[in-house]
Amino acid sequence: MTKKIELAPENNKLCEKICSISGEVVTMCDQCGTCSASCPMAAEMDINPSEMMKMSQLGMEEVLETKAIWLCASCFTCVVRCPRGLDLSKVAEALRQIKLRQAEDHMDIKKLTIEELEGLPQIALISACRKFTG
Amino acid sequence: MKETKSKKLDPEKVMERIAEASRPTVAGVEEKDVRHWVTIYVMGRGYSVPADLTILTAMEYAGYKFIRGCGCRQGFCGACSTVYRRHGEYKLQTGMACQTRVEDGMYLVQIPFSPAEKASYDISKEAYKVNTLLKHYPELARCVACNTCTKACTQDLQVMDYIQAAIRGDFETCVNESFDCIQCGMCALRCPAEIVQYNMAQLARRLYGRNDRPEPKHLTDRLKEIEQGKFVKPLDEITKKSKEELEKLYYSREKESD
Amino acid sequence: MSQTKIAYYPGCTLKTTAKNFEDSALAVARALDIELVELPKWNCCGTVYSLTDDNLMYHIAPVRNLLRVKQMVRDELVTDDHRMVVLCSMCYNALKRTNLRVKENPEDLQKINDFMYLEDDDYELNVDVIHFLDLLKEIGVEKIREKVVKPLNGLKVLPYYGCMLLRPKEVGIDDPEEPNLQENILAALGAEPIDSPYRKVCCGSYLTVDNKYVVVELAYKILSHAQKAGAQALTTSCPLCAFNLDNRQKEIKEKYPGFKNIPVFYFTQLMALAFGLSNECYGFDLHHTKPEPLLKEKQLC
Ligand code: SF4
Ligand code: SF4
Ligand code: FES
Repeated sequence: MTKKIELAPENNKLCEKICSISGEVVTMCDQCGTCSASCPMAAEMDINPSEMMKMSQLGMEEVLETKAIWLCASCFTCVVRCPRGLDLSKVAEALRQIKLRQAEDHMDIKKLTIEELEGLPQIALISACRKFTG
Repeated sequence: MKETKSKKLDPEKVMERIAEASRPTVAGVEEKDVRHWVTIYVMGRGYSVPADLTILTAMEYAGYKFIRGCGCRQGFCGACSTVYRRHGEYKLQTGMACQTRVEDGMYLVQIPFSPAEKASYDISKEAYKVNTLLKHYPELARCVACNTCTKACTQDLQVMDYIQAAIRGDFETCVNESFDCIQCGMCALRCPAEIVQYNMAQLARRLYGRNDRPEPKHLTDRLKEIEQGKFVKPLDEITKKSKEELEKLYYSREKESD
Repeated sequence: MSQTKIAYYPGCTLKTTAKNFEDSALAVARALDIELVELPKWNCCGTVYSLTDDNLMYHIAPVRNLLRVKQMVRDELVTDDHRMVVLCSMCYNALKRTNLRVKENPEDLQKINDFMYLEDDDYELNVDVIHFLDLLKEIGVEKIREKVVKPLNGLKVLPYYGCMLLRPKEVGIDDPEEPNLQENILAALGAEPIDSPYRKVCCGSYLTVDNKYVVVELAYKILSHAQKAGAQALTTSCPLCAFNLDNRQKEIKEKYPGFKNIPVFYFTQLMALAFGLSNECYGFDLHHTKPEPLLKEKQLC
């Protein structure tokens, strides 16, 4: 038997949360795949950006455990190309924030080696802290 | 429940003991001499205390004894940090208990310690580079420039400015802006980025002092004198003196001009 | 004509690993009769624009910088009363986008201003954030060409844009798909701009901190495509791109032994070179792949 799922943010808690943190109405995504085709990180990701959108629409908790949300580099390539005018970088940020706001950091800066810390430019460290620590 | 034979408490005696425990410990304050009283709330409990006391002495007046959270009583050691709110205000205030006068309706608590890790380094081997501070305190990179540390600083330092200077390896600004820090820890407790400002600044000052300042001649000279044993005899003499003699010596000592 | 004085936001990295970017840009600006006046008191802008809708904390840092311009105007430190120039692409993006956000959301701005009650001024939306390349465009390639004393003849350069200069559209300084600002400048300097779709592809940005091998792959792709297209060097205006494309060549070489190193410049370094400015502002010692051999070969240094 097939089950019909109504795609609407208010039907699902996680979906609603993603929408409210990101300010994007994820249910507007048509799954055309333009973002996945554009994303420079897609090759490294465990799910494609468009799958990230789909899982967000459905409010699937598993999306929070994917590598993809941490591989999005906020390069905005998908953002300038999405035919629906959606901002996927904001959705990925919302997914990261949901984790970070539960005090589940993605990175421990204290684990970086001295050599790494000495070589990295300030902007690298600062942006990584913003994106990967809460 | 097993029944226990409890000794009947004599309410009279209990009250006496409580009164004894909260007897003014502040020298020279007699209740009858006090004209103005204020009420302060320490950890939620109200106490009526003489209006001209500092938080520290007022708490002692109210019966608290300080084993920790008190040191110099002169505003230098940084041990007696306190957070408080004034009645009718939403702002959280910070201050040194030994330097801050009580106010009517103040809610307060002592924060005697701020848990923090300190980087370990061998100052003689440590590199003096723009990234050295970030290397030991990478959490500096989390600063959001909210300025909460500056608002919290009990010494009115521009804490955010010294943190920002540290991020970009500007030792001089970091050192000058943090010079008067007494390491009370209030900034670190309020920082949303969980930075330990004062420990970082100490490293900055040490590195700067070692690498960017001329060697102080008077210090080198004095060290030489110590090595040569110039002070052995005077020190011996001093340790044999009585309390009165010591006091006399102390008050007649030569003071450095400002 | 009196010299234009305009507010300038450096950013942390331009004081450290990208000091050569700042030095060369300031020298180039001076040669073009512009004085970039550093904000008297600035703080880290946060480097990445916060993409959430519900958290204002991360927008405080950029706004705090923007309000300094008013003080500069009041103290007559600048002649341009409403613009702030940024060199670093990341800072540019973060500052510009935050500025747009508070312009569109007066309530957010009100909250931020209230929060910053210790500041002498409120931020009053009086500032436009521009990139140094915007300023150069305004000056025009003609004037740039006039200043060239040592044309970069025969130097084939891929102008790398990366992300933060171009995207999103409302922040981009040029067409996000077909930019040509850097191309025009390079051509004016006598160099030959090389085309490659990879000039707009992300270098992996801050992933370099926790996942450097992703960056190594991307940087390898970008650099080897550039070389295939004939480039002998790249230019950028982002110290993080510079780090990923230049310093990570060490790891690229370990993984792909056949890889040939290629120098990465800040575009202002090439301008300084062509303008014949003092070599104190080049700062080649900060490069991983040293540019001197290439420049010697082209008789440029
Ligand atoms: S900088 Fe921090 S530790 Fe130092 S005096 Fe101020 S609040 Fe206390
Ligand atoms: S409180 Fe922390 S985050 Fe805020 S300005 Fe100070 S150091 Fe930075
Ligand atoms: S007891 Fe030392 S500062 Fe208050």
